[in-house]
Amino acid sequence: MITWEFIIGHLNYWFFIVLMMTGLYIVIAKGNLVKKVVGLNIFQTSVFMFYISIGKVIGGTAPIFPVDMKINNDVVYSNPLPHVLILTAIVVGIATTSLALALIVRIREEYGTIEEDEIFIIEQELDFSNTRSNTDKPIGHF
Amino acid sequence: MSLSISHSDSFSLMEQLPILQILVPFVSAPLIVFIGNRKVAWWIAFIASVISLLIAINLLLLVNDGSIISYHIGGWAPPIGIEYRVDALNAFVLVLITLISSIVVPYAYQSIENEIPEQHHTLFYAAYLLCVTGLMGVVITGDVFNVFVFLEISSLASYVLISLGSHRDKRALTSAFNYLIIGTIGATFFVIGIGLLYMVTGTLNMVDMAELLEGKSSSSTVRSAFAFIVVGVGLKLAIYPLHIWLPKAYTFAPSVITAFLAATATKVAIYILIRFMFTIFRPSFLEELNVLDLVILPLSIAAMIIASLIAVFQKDFKGLLAYSSIAQVGYILLGISLMSERGLTAAIIHIFNHGITKVALFMVAGAYVIKRGGSLLTDLQGAGFTMPWTSAATVIGCLSLIGIPGTAGFISKWILVEAAIENGKWPLAIIIIFSSLLAVIYCWRVIETLYFKNGDSKIIVNEAPLSMLISIWIASLACIYFGFNTDTTISISDLAAKMLYLTSLNSY
Repeated sequence: MITWEFIIGHLNYWFFIVLMMTGLYIVIAKGNLVKKVVGLNIFQTSVFMFYISIGKVIGGTAPIFPVDMKINNDVVYSNPLPHVLILTAIVVGIATTSLALALIVRIREEYGTIEEDEIFIIEQELDFSNTRSNTDKPIGHF
Repeated sequence: MSLSISHSDSFSLMEQLPILQILVPFVSAPLIVFIGNRKVAWWIAFIASVISLLIAINLLLLVNDGSIISYHIGGWAPPIGIEYRVDALNAFVLVLITLISSIVVPYAYQSIENEIPEQHHTLFYAAYLLCVTGLMGVVITGDVFNVFVFLEISSLASYVLISLGSHRDKRALTSAFNYLIIGTIGATFFVIGIGLLYMVTGTLNMVDMAELLEGKSSSSTVRSAFAFIVVGVGLKLAIYPLHIWLPKAYTFAPSVITAFLAATATKVAIYILIRFMFTIFRPSFLEELNVLDLVILPLSIAAMIIASLIAVFQKDFKGLLAYSSIAQVGYILLGISLMSERGLTAAIIHIFNHGITKVALFMVAGAYVIKRGGSLLTDLQGAGFTMPWTSAATVIGCLSLIGIPGTAGFISKWILVEAAIENGKWPLAIIIIFSSLLAVIYCWRVIETLYFKNGDSKIIVNEAPLSMLISIWIASLACIYFGFNTDTTISISDLAAKMLYLTSLNSY
């Protein structure tokens, strides 16, 4: 069933799967929060590649009409829609990354570390002591 | 029952309702940032919420007869253009979101004054409105990629809102970060699923996609698309083993945000699941794969029992409610996995009833945070006497959570039990009752601390601010109101379930 043609014919999917798993592995296995974000980026990028590669039409050219608008019906165009979708997804990805990095900055300020295991120890102490961390900083006027 | 789909290109206000539903909060959010005054910001957020509620009620009245409103954005007809498609299910969830928002915004004013520094207030309201926009967009749209975009708008806003709890407890930051990681993985899985469906059908319009998927249920691409979508949405809605992010995010977020997200965000994710399962993949596909019986049903039972058990041992009132939310999601999924019209009715009505119950309870928790300095059960000792009104509302909310007759929670559980027995699955009815008994235990723990553990011997009444009490009581009275006046909620849920089961959906 798995022939050489099958493997070569699905090359883009193999790349997609390898990248996706690499990204997911980094997110799960790495304790450093910045590395987690990098892993998340790789994971998302794999999906971008997947979308763009499915828009490929064999022998297709860029989907742009000629300037004189004399459209030749024999010309095959690639499918532009997945590209457009992924443009949106890239923007979403950037927003997510920047928000994640901003959160990491705040975590660094509050915890003094961005290593997951060290944060875990600090949080466990907080859970045990059963108190709130910022009780000494009153915010409201009640 | 006949389906009539209305669409017109005229520019009267009524015709533009579906887009106005999204535009009102979406335009208000940047407006708040430009004006930059926190009092004005509150007014804008409040007015936008109320206008959205009025629009949603209007839409619900329009589709109450089983018709469908199809709105073509920019005049581009589907499947090429993006379509907003409103039917009974959408409109019902829209009313839930906007109703919760209209209750929560008046509560927010005093609540965030105590939990968030003043300089963040305007941006808080802006992010809040974006979150509302995203949730409503997910519900109203008829285009699968649009679902993803709106889902990310609401998610990004909710990560920010959760992290604002860091001024009370720094753990809000890490819980927001964890939610961000898990939420993004979920959303990306969802996009992969959509990509696979697009490969098979070449369309993004839900109705069009459903038609083109007809007879392709054996394709492995379609099946893996289904798996990706269920797991992706499952992360968002906290199906039992995928719930890790939820308890901490709900415990450490600002009280208002917990109240709002608990009542709407997971419910919207469940809506996506229902929409994909029944409108796009169709019940026949589900029956063929047997996925509901093999996967969703066991997980929902696990959620109902294990999450309820964990809730019993929580030290924090908000944490207790968060685990109870996971258990309640179990009830809703159980209703879906019964694969009958009655079961789906139970699921849809529980989305609404649990929404109003949880918003009441989390708002109450917020009141304790202000007056008692925290929501730990030890903080709540004897609060039944110093905060009589708040605590009375807590009792009503707890009764509705358990499902005592005369409250909203009873109605949905009753229909769920009825649906289980109707399907001949009476053991499920016993499990539902057992899980409700667990709810009795954890609710009793709260009531016991409020009324029977007197922290102080002298009682000084120290109530929550009036604006918060009003919101709390509107939500609590709604729990009772929808426990007695069940005609509206049941008939709408019934209609929505019927329409989802109509196999021959006609095109535009």
